[in-house]
Amino acid sequence: MIWYIARRVLQMIPVFLGATLLVYAMAFYAGGDPIAAIAGDKPLSPAVVAQLREQYNLDKPLIVQWLIYLGNLVRGDLGISLQGRPIADSLQSAFPVTFRMALIAIVVETVLGVAAGVISGLKKGTIIDTAFLMVSLLVIAVPTFVIGFVAQFLLGVKLELVPVNASGGGFGDLILPGCVLGVVSFAYVLRLTRTSVAEVATADHVRTATAKGLSRGGVVTKHILRNSLIPVVTFIGADLGALMGGAIVTERIFNVHGIGSELWKAITKSDSPKIVTIVTLLVVIFLIANLIVDLLYAVLDPRIRYAK
Amino acid sequence: MRSDVMNPDAPRADQGHYVAPLGETPLQEVDSVDPNATPRSLWGEAMHTLLRNPVFVVSTLLILFVLFVAAFPGVFTKVDPTYGVISDSNLAPGEGGHVLGTSRQGYDIWARTVHGARISVLVGFFTMLLSTLIGGTLGAIAGYVGGWLDEVLSRINDIFFAIPLVLGAIVFANRFPNGMNLWTVSLVLSIFGWTSIARIMRGSVISVKNQDFVMASTALGASKTKILLRHVIPNAIAPVIVTATVNLGVFIVAEATLSFLGVGITNAVSWGADLSSAKDSMRTLENNPWVLFAPSIALALTVLSFIMMGDAVRDALDPKARKR
Repeated sequence: MIWYIARRVLQMIPVFLGATLLVYAMAFYAGGDPIAAIAGDKPLSPAVVAQLREQYNLDKPLIVQWLIYLGNLVRGDLGISLQGRPIADSLQSAFPVTFRMALIAIVVETVLGVAAGVISGLKKGTIIDTAFLMVSLLVIAVPTFVIGFVAQFLLGVKLELVPVNASGGGFGDLILPGCVLGVVSFAYVLRLTRTSVAEVATADHVRTATAKGLSRGGVVTKHILRNSLIPVVTFIGADLGALMGGAIVTERIFNVHGIGSELWKAITKSDSPKIVTIVTLLVVIFLIANLIVDLLYAVLDPRIRYAK
Repeated sequence: MRSDVMNPDAPRADQGHYVAPLGETPLQEVDSVDPNATPRSLWGEAMHTLLRNPVFVVSTLLILFVLFVAAFPGVFTKVDPTYGVISDSNLAPGEGGHVLGTSRQGYDIWARTVHGARISVLVGFFTMLLSTLIGGTLGAIAGYVGGWLDEVLSRINDIFFAIPLVLGAIVFANRFPNGMNLWTVSLVLSIFGWTSIARIMRGSVISVKNQDFVMASTALGASKTKILLRHVIPNAIAPVIVTATVNLGVFIVAEATLSFLGVGITNAVSWGADLSSAKDSMRTLENNPWVLFAPSIALALTVLSFIMMGDAVRDALDPKARKR
């Protein structure tokens, strides 16, 4: 097990370096001059430009800039935005909000998705299964922002069941945005679990477990669920990326003051340093989440744990 | 007396294949194949199944319809979608000859929705083609050559995979202060959209390259490049095509999301941009929900048909999944 963890961590390092370099290069080098973005229509004096280039290390080669940036990041210094404010300040209040919203989304996606998938998979071909499948197809096809927008309009504006504006940032405010964020993945998790459960339910070891007198609940939780969760867990790890992209959209629709809206503000101001920091942090979270998923994978499947 | 009455099991004139009588053997499906029939290819067999699958037929018809709308929007509306009359804004459906009413800017909603199809379809297709080309090539090389090259290409894949599609596109969009056009959006989405195709192509190529007919080809003296192009790729491409079809829907959503966020294609009539302006006019929405519903339904139906088509093709190509 320890070797498995060590190998996964080692494999992550080049990916981390490559991804941060890519984001950095993209934000500062593809297209125009980041300094021009502060200036707007009035050109800055050459002396000011030179000073700013030095302040943001833009006068050094790309690799050096990136290494300085990474070094600061590792020491906990998130840098300074083009507006001249420390980036960490604006992220401090935003992170918990997005975290709460993501938590709701993940609960919706995993708990409800797996539960619905198990029911669907065990009752294959029944009306309840067909209903779940239709709903999931619909949810997959309709983009997140359309779902969010329609839900906000129908539930918030028309029926007044939920707050239209979630700028408060508490769990209560974030229920609808969180559900909207998680609903697409909920559909994928449902479908994956369904296929997987239906396949495992007819396997020999399940018949044996039933034959030896184990209760139906015991068979489902101990033998069917555990074996059918592996593809689902893999999916959830990879899906966190989509969740982050979705967070920008959901936060914009519901006016949530989280990471997504910070990123959004940075984009509208062409604030490259802030964009880089936020995207880099998200990529790091994504990589760590995937590492955790890989470890979970090993817990679920002993074959992976014992392979060298 | 006619022969089919004498022997009920004999094939009738209208029967394409010999069908074994019921209960003759438990292996009916295997036995009931006519040994004299000309064998069908994987795609021929799949086509046969697909044409009888209502999901495939419906989704294909829908896609053809969307393509037609995208190519000839003038057939469905004569109104200019970029001609906004402020005095005619916020009209209810049917008022002043506007079928679905007008938006806050005084645009005809029906005309906007019809003309919005083109951008979505074009971005979807170009991105699908480009990402499949990049991902397919890199995946095929990684899977076929293997060794250190595979290791390097797989790590590069991991790097691009670690940056979510919409996030990556947003970072890039920041570098186009004057907004993106059709080509730049397709290019940017392809840069982050090729990884899934490459992973599938790699896996598929690895499973094909160890099969007997590839070894036979090697034994007959075919060159490596020829084997890859003539034997491995044609046999490995099926799952790639399925993923590419589903991806087309994903890219259409991604483009609409970018337009919704205001970093997509500027100055174009697109569903995402219309949804974005609908968001900013809650008042209009109360009077006339078509501002929201028209582009939403158009977008959802288009994406749904590509996803359903991909699903149907996957089932047809994978008999194991079909039986389940």
